[in-house]
Amino acid sequence: MSAADTAARAPSAPSGGQSSSGRPAGGRPAEPPPALGHPARVREARDLLASVVMWAAFALALIPLVWILWTVVSKGYHLLSEGQWWTNSQKGITSRREGGGAVHAIQGTLVQGLTTALISVPIGVMTAIYLVEYGRGRLAKAVSFMVDILTGIPSIVAGLFVYAVWVTTFHFQRVGFAVCLSLVLLMIPVIVRSTEEMLKLVPNELREASYALGVPKWKTIFKIVLPTAFSGIVTGILLGLARVMGETAPLLILGPYSKSIATDLFSGYMATLPTMINQDRTESLQPAVDRVWAAALTLILLVLLLNVAGRLVARFGSVKK
Amino acid sequence: MAKRIDVSDLNVYYGAFKAVEGVTMTVEPRSVTAFIGPSGCGKSTFLRTLNRMHEVIPGGRVEGKVMLDDQDLYASGVDPVAVRRTVGMVFQRPNPFPTMSIYDNVAAGLKLNGLKGKKKLDDVVEKSLKGANLWNEVKDRLNKPGAGLSGGQQQRLCIARAIAVEPQVLLMDEPCSALDPISTLAIEDLIGELKSKYTIVIVTHNMQQAARVSDRTAFFNLAATGKPGQLVEVDDTQRIFNNPSVKATEDYISGRFG
Repeated sequence: MSAADTAARAPSAPSGGQSSSGRPAGGRPAEPPPALGHPARVREARDLLASVVMWAAFALALIPLVWILWTVVSKGYHLLSEGQWWTNSQKGITSRREGGGAVHAIQGTLVQGLTTALISVPIGVMTAIYLVEYGRGRLAKAVSFMVDILTGIPSIVAGLFVYAVWVTTFHFQRVGFAVCLSLVLLMIPVIVRSTEEMLKLVPNELREASYALGVPKWKTIFKIVLPTAFSGIVTGILLGLARVMGETAPLLILGPYSKSIATDLFSGYMATLPTMINQDRTESLQPAVDRVWAAALTLILLVLLLNVAGRLVARFGSVKK
Repeated sequence: MAKRIDVSDLNVYYGAFKAVEGVTMTVEPRSVTAFIGPSGCGKSTFLRTLNRMHEVIPGGRVEGKVMLDDQDLYASGVDPVAVRRTVGMVFQRPNPFPTMSIYDNVAAGLKLNGLKGKKKLDDVVEKSLKGANLWNEVKDRLNKPGAGLSGGQQQRLCIARAIAVEPQVLLMDEPCSALDPISTLAIEDLIGELKSKYTIVIVTHNMQQAARVSDRTAFFNLAATGKPGQLVEVDDTQRIFNNPSVKATEDYISGRFG
């Protein structure tokens, strides 16, 4: 605080006014400050400034998002509007030819995502139940720490790990199921953390009410706690699923692209949307480039669909009001 | 139905902390016993040892004896889950199960313990809701969510839920502290009716309430902060309020401390 500032305010001091730091000290003659502190216009100016900063930050964050969406939609929508995109595969279609569809890749992404969820959900939810309802002491801390580590594993490392086990050690082929295993590694920590949060939100009073009725702990968890947290847990699962479906690195290592429809997770290559994008992206011919944008848009729509489903479950969840 | 509770020399610990010390008292069957005392004096903690609910909190354990008629609640081989079926509990804040309808809330204890048969459940639900003075208010909307009721109705729903499993004893931990005066009156009336069938123990911070509803009153206190809570005296409510034998009781009741 400068000497001028002090001097400017000095005359008002004896009248018992409060100090108003942050006000400009210059030229303006010092009026006695009102008894209730800052004049409203100072507060309003600050409010305006903060609002402007926040809106600017929001707009800044929105620019790339809108840009991406606009680019992908404008370049991809015309292929999506053709029926064969949703019914045909790319079998027999070279990069210089137009036509064909993405059904092989959509199906692959869905099958792998679903299989991943089928393996991850029980493990993840059970782990979360252990951590919230049972875990005490060292083991719980260790498990929680492991989950943290798992959360931090880069997806390409998860892919390499499964490659090292599946291909190098056991000499299996690179198949869809190996991809699923690497995605499981990425999905479990997401489910554990989101389920944990949801279980913690269930008031302890409900557990106690159930215990007081002579209901054993395991039954309390399965009949009271899980149903209460159900919609939140499902939302978390769907969001986790949306994330692993867009995952690419493990797919590049473990799931080579193939142009035809494959349903067998245990033999042969299985196409997915990310690998389809990656395959055609190296081409400079227009039909292939178009397919890249269309596949990207399809993937975005798929993830969006899961997000919307997650929100719907959250809204129409089982907790009745 | 109702049973007598005999507590002798009970200490309650949470981990290394001794929360309640040396309680010896008898709770008479078919009567209402009120626990009063300043916050933190261990009355709720002690109440929870009467159906082993303190074990839900990590580190909670007791020394001493609690007899329910001639059954020692803490004898080895006694299942705490079975104890809680015999000694029911109503909590400070109404806590109906949010995923369940009114009907399912009342039937929860029986259903979760494996009872089936719609007719039987219907009967129990109706009987329990009538027992909790809630039947007339909810009989047309049994399938609506329990969380949609008012606070006082929710608490009576919780009482209905507790008596649906036909306990011998009903413990109430400040059952009216989250309720308005009219709902409180409804619960107090209900307690008066329930005592003909159950042994009731109620913790309350409201001394008028203790005086209104209870037959006997136990005053708990603690020597100093950080020291374990103790039972100061237990006697007929009339005597505790008019002519207590310990000075601290009189000071507390007349509002000189606490």
